Amino acid sequence: MAMSEYAARPQIASLVRPEVVEHAVREEPGGWLNWLTTTDHKKIGIMYFFVTFIFFIIGGVEALIMRLQLAQPNGTVVDPDTYNGLVTMHGTTMVFLFIVPVMAGFGNYMLPLMIGARDMAFPRLNALSLWLLVFGGMAFYGSVFFEPPQGGWTMYAPLSDDAYMPSGGVDAWIFLIHLTGISSLVGAINFVATIHNMRAPGMGWGRMPLFVWSLLVYSYLLIAALPTIAAAATMLLTDRHFGTDFFDPTGGGDPMLWQHLFWFFGHPEVYIMILPGFGIISEVLPVFSRKPIFGYKAIAASTVSIGFLSLLVWAHHMFTTPTPTVVLVFFMLSSFLIAVPTGIKIFNWVATLWKGSILMKTPLLFAVGFISTFVIGGITGVMLAVFPVDWQLQDSYFVVAHIHYVLFGGSVFTIFAGIYYWFPKMSGRMLGEGLGKVSFWMMLVGFNLTFLIQHSAGLSGMPRRVYDYPADAGWTGFNLISTIGSFLLGIGVMVTVVNVLISMKKGQKAGNDPWKGNTLEWFTQSPPPENNFDVIPRVRSVEPMKDIRSEVQQASMPAGTVAQPVASGT
Amino acid sequence: MLVLLALAPGAMADVFTPESGGSPNADDIDSLYKIVLYVSIPIFLVVEGALIWALVKFRQRRGGPEPEQIRGNQPLELGWTAGATVILVVLAVITFLYLGPIKNPPASDADGLAAGVQVASVDQPAPPGGAKAPLTIQVNGQQYLWRFQYPGGRDAYSYYRMIVPTNTTVVLKITSSDVAHSWWIPKLGGKADALPGHTNQTWFKIAKEGTYKGQCAELCGDGHADMRSVVKAVSPQRYQAFVARRRREITDSQKALAQQRREREGASKSGQGEDN
Repeated sequence: MAMSEYAARPQIASLVRPEVVEHAVREEPGGWLNWLTTTDHKKIGIMYFFVTFIFFIIGGVEALIMRLQLAQPNGTVVDPDTYNGLVTMHGTTMVFLFIVPVMAGFGNYMLPLMIGARDMAFPRLNALSLWLLVFGGMAFYGSVFFEPPQGGWTMYAPLSDDAYMPSGGVDAWIFLIHLTGISSLVGAINFVATIHNMRAPGMGWGRMPLFVWSLLVYSYLLIAALPTIAAAATMLLTDRHFGTDFFDPTGGGDPMLWQHLFWFFGHPEVYIMILPGFGIISEVLPVFSRKPIFGYKAIAASTVSIGFLSLLVWAHHMFTTPTPTVVLVFFMLSSFLIAVPTGIKIFNWVATLWKGSILMKTPLLFAVGFISTFVIGGITGVMLAVFPVDWQLQDSYFVVAHIHYVLFGGSVFTIFAGIYYWFPKMSGRMLGEGLGKVSFWMMLVGFNLTFLIQHSAGLSGMPRRVYDYPADAGWTGFNLISTIGSFLLGIGVMVTVVNVLISMKKGQKAGNDPWKGNTLEWFTQSPPPENNFDVIPRVRSVEPMKDIRSEVQQASMPAGTVAQPVASGT
Repeated sequence: MLVLLALAPGAMADVFTPESGGSPNADDIDSLYKIVLYVSIPIFLVVEGALIWALVKFRQRRGGPEPEQIRGNQPLELGWTAGATVILVVLAVITFLYLGPIKNPPASDADGLAAGVQVASVDQPAPPGGAKAPLTIQVNGQQYLWRFQYPGGRDAYSYYRMIVPTNTTVVLKITSSDVAHSWWIPKLGGKADALPGHTNQTWFKIAKEGTYKGQCAELCGDGHADMRSVVKAVSPQRYQAFVARRRREITDSQKALAQQRREREGASKSGQGEDN
């Protein structure tokens, strides 16, 4: 974009002072080299989606193999060490290579657009976070060519020590932790710098979109939590290879130290995975109920307080360890406390729908599906926080069900809501509504079929992470139902993948603002031009796009001329 | 789906609640769980009900009214914040009421094992008030077996199957000699992690003779799913007979082994001579 065009517009001149930064315009490389070298936040965002969805599908296939193995007692699909490898790969992939980075993908693509910026604060750093993620995933999956790690995604010491797992799989896992950790850390710093410094004029903290609020807290949590896991993984590395004994009691170390360090990271990580999803829901619901978000301040404040409290609940993963009762009581109460802001959000979302004029499109279906399943995950979360009850439920299939209610019924449903909501902006084309609804119903039914019954398996005494169970244990029915559900769920996910592939080329043209959105990303073209906005509007409320639409109507001009000052290229 | 559930009759009793019926602490956990469950059900129904109601009632209709632009309602928001807090405070208080009976081992019954008489052990002082002291069993997790050390001598131990007397409080001191494991017999109460370098504790008291199954609950390696254990409750007399027999058998077999070794060493010395 040539500077002269800015100078020609008097209203912009006060914002951008033209200066000579380059004496020649470097020609952009074409084709795949363009993707490899780009620093454009939108292209990086799209690559985030591409990479993370590949990992999502790999992780999903791993889950389906496990479900096949467990469909019947004495399953013979895989042997025990392969099964433990699958457990580890599935958990690690979904956490580190799918949910956390896909949220960064949404952030990368949407954050500058939503706050009216032309890119992220540090575009090259942005490219670095993407490529570190790619390399982290490759280092980790390289282990399938020798021996994958088998310690679960929690990698508890001393099982993960060289005495019990001499293969390099655990080292591949440590590599992944470091590479994706730096990737997320760099990305988080970038988000924080962008949000603090690059908001459109007039967008004070009280007018920031709720998705941006959630990204801000997500970023601060990453910065707070990641150094701990990086330190712990390094200690594990030196324990394995350089003779230290941080986690080995025979040398004066303590396996409890690993658990504390891991969960001091691991619990904020859970909220890192769900908070941006909360943000997506807070964007989708008002748009599709044609009503402002109910209690903007309460939702923003609850996001911040969840972020803070999430640093104080880690030991509720350790209720069965030898720990003094007073400590258990503290962590029970802090876990109760975090349920309050989470509950506030759910009530506010339902109140947003209340008395609205609800448009039943796929993004809304996923958002509502999220609320309905997340309520169950929240309730079982409170049950698990009651630590004497947790002594029965800990490490059983009840916990497996709970984490999937918050991470699949929670995070993944919000991710799908976000994809259906923002795909028109990213591609310029709508996703097919028919396939979208088929996908939603298959996923909702398949999900509940898979995981609701797992509560019962856990209550009946089935521990998690077992490759097999006896026929007389009474768990056969539960597991068969769960396996059937998991395949329905898998097909439901693939329907959306197919939908995306078809709609990229053949979808209906979306236009700039197909949903009548509230936020600034709908102000620009779909897909947005490289500089995002030619004119950055002044923000006067929390719903700037609504203001712009009503201004256009009042001026009684044909829509599309004033609301779209960008060159009419669509 | 119901047909499938009916095919699992053993599990039907505990589809909705944790396992119980073996020991009072498991029963108390079951009761506490039920209270939390009963508090949750109305909350679940209200939220899901409101959600579905909103979707049906406020669905966009052609020519319908423009939605009211409500941005919040402070009394309502303060109300549900306070409501949620009150519910959680009540749950915390109920938990504290149940905590003592779940956590603290009670005294053994009158017809339980007279542990204090049987066991000449320093970690079991004479119980106050004449109540019978609990029986302490050392539990050690190791890949992929549970080892049980009974009071009354170094040789009184067993693997996999733990024999305990009825009507007697059994306190388990749990540790591990390799990686982390977790002790869990669902009908006899909650889990206790077995960590190397730490001693964890749990207890149970079984009223009626019977067998209670469980398995390791913390991923401990390839054999994790096969690290099972059984607790068998028998009368105190049979328990004492079991421990005595066990000790005798192990002592005898060790003596026999020592004898064999001596003989073999003697034979190898005389046979090979200067090679060693």
